[in-house]
Amino acid sequence: MIDLLFSPFAEFEFMRRALVGGMALALAGAPVGVFLILRRMSLTGDAMAHAILPGAALGYLVSGLSLGAMTAGGFAAGLLVAIASGAVARATSLREDATLAAFYLMSLALGVTIVSLKGTSIDLLHVLFGNVLGLDNPTLMLLAGISSLTLLGLAAIYRPLVLETVDPNYLASVSRAGGPTQIAFLVLVVMNLVAGFQALGTLLAVGVMMLPAAAARLWVADVTRMIAIAAAIGMVSVYLGLVVSFASGAPSGPLIILVAGGFYILSVCFGRAGGLSRRLPANRHLEA
Amino acid sequence: MSAAIRLRDLTLGYDRHPAVHHLDGVIETGDLLAICGPNGAGKSTLLKAIAGALRPLGGAIERVGCKPRDIAYLPQAAEIDRSFPIDVFDMVSMGYWRQAGLFGGLGAARKQRIAEAIASVGLEGLEDRPIGTLSGGQMQRMLFARIIVQDAPVILLDEPLTALDTRTADDLIHLVESWRAQGRTVVAVLHDMDLVRRVFPRTLLLARERVAWCDTGEALSPANLARARQMVEAFDRQAEDCERAA
Repeated sequence: MIDLLFSPFAEFEFMRRALVGGMALALAGAPVGVFLILRRMSLTGDAMAHAILPGAALGYLVSGLSLGAMTAGGFAAGLLVAIASGAVARATSLREDATLAAFYLMSLALGVTIVSLKGTSIDLLHVLFGNVLGLDNPTLMLLAGISSLTLLGLAAIYRPLVLETVDPNYLASVSRAGGPTQIAFLVLVVMNLVAGFQALGTLLAVGVMMLPAAAARLWVADVTRMIAIAAAIGMVSVYLGLVVSFASGAPSGPLIILVAGGFYILSVCFGRAGGLSRRLPANRHLEA
Repeated sequence: MSAAIRLRDLTLGYDRHPAVHHLDGVIETGDLLAICGPNGAGKSTLLKAIAGALRPLGGAIERVGCKPRDIAYLPQAAEIDRSFPIDVFDMVSMGYWRQAGLFGGLGAARKQRIAEAIASVGLEGLEDRPIGTLSGGQMQRMLFARIIVQDAPVILLDEPLTALDTRTADDLIHLVESWRAQGRTVVAVLHDMDLVRRVFPRTLLLARERVAWCDTGEALSPANLARARQMVEAFDRQAEDCERAA
């Protein structure tokens, strides 16, 4: 058993690369996911993950499986959808969730069309589900770079982001940081989704961001501790997902997300800050 | 007295529909001014714009001898996300935003000041409580503590006493009176006309447009109140462009 926990990483370089890349994703994705949840934007992350597909597909069409082209394309597509949906929401009577849904669906359909017309089903699977076991040096550098930038960026906008979330009118009265903070946060979301799709694919990239964050919310009522717990859950999920994948032969990306999902279900049941166990038995109540 | 804030032909609104229409007036330094009017009269919108949180559709807000940083704003409690995991101390410490900025530390002196502000509104011992567990009155006391920390010469309060018990309301009114005694300018949106008549010497009666802006007794006359109730129902989905704005 102990051998199974360590030997895959000791023996195989591709497993070590997958571990490092996954850890980088989980470390940066956790705080981003925490703020997505606190800002009631959980499904925004999911929509944005779909929205980057046509950009990545166009990058693939132009340069094949080129890291730079697919990353730049995905990043551009994600930002375009975020900015366009925000602009249409401000200019019309539609709410932002409706405009985001409209733009991401168009973007997803365009991406699938491009990949289907010009690529093969294997290419499509790569874009949709990624390949965490195939991370090369440039991809690892990209993941580490985005992870570092994300942590630095979040540290820079942490205070206005908290205030913009909890009391936006007050922030608007004391500072003009609200708008730039929203944009900077969206850029960080897109950056992490682009990083995530290299390893996990567009469909699962958001999982390593949201599931640990949702689980952490059920354990503590403090933002900084939520971030720490979410990062820990994310990194443990990456590790256990890879171990189970190695032992079972099942695909790594989905298994990482399934392990994170397992943590989420445990948190729903036993979380001390809102889990079911704190609310049961329903016919009893606390002293104060 | 000198003017703290001057409103010049001010129009405010959402989606081009004016919530406040061509308003002129002056808030003097040291004023204790109530803003009254029916629901939908534009009271909160006006306060939000004076605070700098809403851009005018037309006209201007001139802050004479008073920078945006000199204004402290208490928004309606309903606009605060109480599910956010933040405690009372951290929330009150946001009053130091202008001094601390993105990265500045609070330091011992400011932390002491925050603790004193929390104690002065009767929330001592609740510093570590998440804001989501506070009652409506405690929430309002916490927001007053943040205003104390801001230490601003101009204070804007949006419905600060809504749904509070008598004791809490009295405590907070004493705080408002003490601010006025210190020479601060206080502007509050209020619905309790008896309270306004008792405490606030001047009143702006608003119904999208200015109905009256003068001494409270005169502003809240039965004739003015009746006029305000008639004026406010002016929203028209098919409204034409305003000719006065052209």
